[in-house]
Amino acid sequence: MPAPQQRRLIFAHIDEPGYTRDLACYRKHGGYEVMKRAFARPPAELIDEVKKSGLRGRGGAGFSCGLKWTLVDRKSGKPIYLIVNADESEPGTFKDRYILHQDPHQLLEGMMITCWANNVQQAYIYIRGEMPHGARILETAIAEARAANLCGPNILGTNYSCEIYVHRGAGAYICGEETGLIESLEGKRPYPRIKPPYFPAVLGLYQCPTIVNNVETLCHVKHIADMGGDAYAQIGTPNNTGTRLLCVSGHVRRPGYYEFEVGKITMGQLLNEVCGGPLPGRTFKAVIPGGSSAKVLRFGEKFKIKQKDGSVVELGVEDLPMDFDTLAAAGTMGGSGGVIVMDDSTDMVAALANINAFYAHESCGQCTPCREGSLWMKKISSRMVHGEARPEDGELIRTVADQIAGRTICAFGEACSWPTQSFVAKFGEEFKGYASAPKSTGSMPLV
Amino acid sequence: MNLRPATLAQIDEVITHYPVKRSAVLPLLHLIQEEAGYISNEAIEWVAQKLELQPINVYEVVTFYPMFRQKPIGRRHIKVCRTLSCALTGSYQVCEQFQKEFGCAPGEISPDGEATVEFVECLASCGTGPVVMIDDDLHEKVDCARARELSDQIKAAARARPQP
Repeated sequence: MPAPQQRRLIFAHIDEPGYTRDLACYRKHGGYEVMKRAFARPPAELIDEVKKSGLRGRGGAGFSCGLKWTLVDRKSGKPIYLIVNADESEPGTFKDRYILHQDPHQLLEGMMITCWANNVQQAYIYIRGEMPHGARILETAIAEARAANLCGPNILGTNYSCEIYVHRGAGAYICGEETGLIESLEGKRPYPRIKPPYFPAVLGLYQCPTIVNNVETLCHVKHIADMGGDAYAQIGTPNNTGTRLLCVSGHVRRPGYYEFEVGKITMGQLLNEVCGGPLPGRTFKAVIPGGSSAKVLRFGEKFKIKQKDGSVVELGVEDLPMDFDTLAAAGTMGGSGGVIVMDDSTDMVAALANINAFYAHESCGQCTPCREGSLWMKKISSRMVHGEARPEDGELIRTVADQIAGRTICAFGEACSWPTQSFVAKFGEEFKGYASAPKSTGSMPLV
Repeated sequence: MNLRPATLAQIDEVITHYPVKRSAVLPLLHLIQEEAGYISNEAIEWVAQKLELQPINVYEVVTFYPMFRQKPIGRRHIKVCRTLSCALTGSYQVCEQFQKEFGCAPGEISPDGEATVEFVECLASCGTGPVVMIDDDLHEKVDCARARELSDQIKAAARARPQP
């Protein structure tokens, strides 16, 4: 089957010739009209629209956005905060970058609708420290919107006021974890908080109820407010609604960022047709479907996937639809939408050692299993690549990984264990025979 | 602590963004590092006093976040992405190329003081790897040849700078 056409909601104007990131251009394309209509509606109605839309968070966990908003404590008498998680750091993920740099007002409009719906009067955009231009672009966009009375005091004569501020991170991956992000925004080390009791919806920023949403998620809110939750839910597939930004990197002919209806495109269509297939003379070996912490898939393996009607079908990697539920059923996750492709030139031990070095660097150090375990996984896998591999090393790092997952305050424990668990489970023979096997040729050094 | 009046004004303004002063630690450190090049002990104490904190509260932030540094770096800061997608497309060789061009190991200042080359984690532009940030600017699809070109540009700019 040929791949479906892209359905560009969020990326409608990305890379469009003549489209600029200023307010005038955004308004020329209908910008802030959805917000104006939303402001004429009671907030509860908008929350209902988002619930009906079935929107699932695009940051990694795929949690229901409507449910997240419903959990907010509205009776505490404390202010409610919105924080935009623009700390895009999951390796393989690079979608928010284009929204922030090319279409910042789309994010601001989605934010303002979210703020109105949840009675938020102060919002922060926590942006990666490594995106200094992005931070300046957002600041300019906020100033433009404020000057046009689209945010700030008494917005469009409604008596409703809301300020937006940009807050820059400083290079720590853990700030993408929402409670770590909140600690960071409070000016501290970003040690994630234990839940319960520190669910952001109840005890978030400054111990006030707080909504933390991803950049892409908030852009979807704008489109939901525009077309209505029911209409939005018609896009994509049941329980996996809307469109999704997919970022493809690594060994394909046309890496890049694409937007498709969720679940309407398979991994095979995405990689072979949209991305042009493997590099000349190569074949695909493995793919990580949702950012580097998602479990790796091996080309050739088969998955038994339960269908809605209860029947079970057997699918290969190429046949997997790119939706949250199918990828979860295949033992991995859609995560942040970052698809990392590796071809037959790739040394899987070295690839894992590369990933392990990342997680060892980024562990915040708060929980012992993660702080120590991530470092040992890195040390052992790098030692293997640097000529001191032992046949039992694969099993050794897998046991280390098994002792991290589930034993930490935040999901980083899983994020750093899943690569090791899945690489060793699926490419065990490469780990076992590593010391004696000839190294694949034409591959790049990875550690 | 000698900061420019413009920086001081920015510092006073940014503190108003938060209901709790401590939240301004990261913005203040960014502003000071942009002006001074690094965060000195004096800067840590100054920020602590400004935000009514203990110096340790600021020090622990400086030592945690990878972007804050306690020592000066070269005039230009070259950051090569090390993480998987960029490594798959050759970033280890690109990082080596930059080190060769400037004659320094990762994290060190080149002998001429012109550059510091750093191998950093994911820069969130995985589809156009290998990527390199030079100061605030992102460079995409940087292979070894492009790394030489970028290095030549930096060296040419250095030669064109009036000598003190």
